[in-house]
Amino acid sequence: MKTVNQMRLSFPSKSRNEAFARSAVSSFVTSLDPTLNELNDLKTAVSEAVTNCIVHGYRRQSGTIYIYASVKEDNTLTVKIRDKGVGIEDISKAMEPLFTTSPGEERAGLGFAVMQSFCDRVKVSSQVGRGTTVTLIKRIGANG
Amino acid sequence: MIKTEFENNILTAYLEGELDHDSACRIRQRIDCAARSLRPKTLCLNFEKVSFMDSSGVGLVMGRYRQMKLLGGSLKVTCVPDSIYRIFAMSGLEALGVLR
Repeated sequence: MKTVNQMRLSFPSKSRNEAFARSAVSSFVTSLDPTLNELNDLKTAVSEAVTNCIVHGYRRQSGTIYIYASVKEDNTLTVKIRDKGVGIEDISKAMEPLFTTSPGEERAGLGFAVMQSFCDRVKVSSQVGRGTTVTLIKRIGANG
Repeated sequence: MIKTEFENNILTAYLEGELDHDSACRIRQRIDCAARSLRPKTLCLNFEKVSFMDSSGVGLVMGRYRQMKLLGGSLKVTCVPDSIYRIFAMSGLEALGVLR
């Protein structure tokens, strides 16, 4: 299916950029006339993915986070959120609800569970030492 | 942003705006600092004016629950907007009996 719109962003892995990242993706889909719930779901999922890059991918060291978003003719939005950080050794373990590698930080271990619940599909690809890409797929306007 | 109030041995923290990993760090420090010095019987987190929250908010609540247990008090979470409640429900926090 044809891609009708796309955008790219890159920014430093600072936690103050979490709000920027989710607002930018949310602004990008405005033209698709999303519902408030859809926007909120999307912002939440993006926020989780970007936080993962900062806390886990780069372990609070400085790095760059890359976002690529595209929209297809049927209003399906794909958002790829990528870091060039440490990577994930065991993806299925990382995706288990309540599993976290940083208990001292008060992370709830719900990041992937929230992404999965708030998007139609979530794909994770990772290579240890090379980084992680999380792909969020969500149809906008599916309920209306 | 956060406003706190202390009355009848209850410390109430009014959370405001967007609650994510970034703001949760600052809010946690403010609340823990107040709780340690005031030693309230109950810490009440009021979510009425929270416009956005990701799972960092769950971490914040779980952390304060543990903190209040250590200080011999309890935690209550009030006025959670519907849009945010869904994440709390996913987290199993309901089982702790602190919500609403």
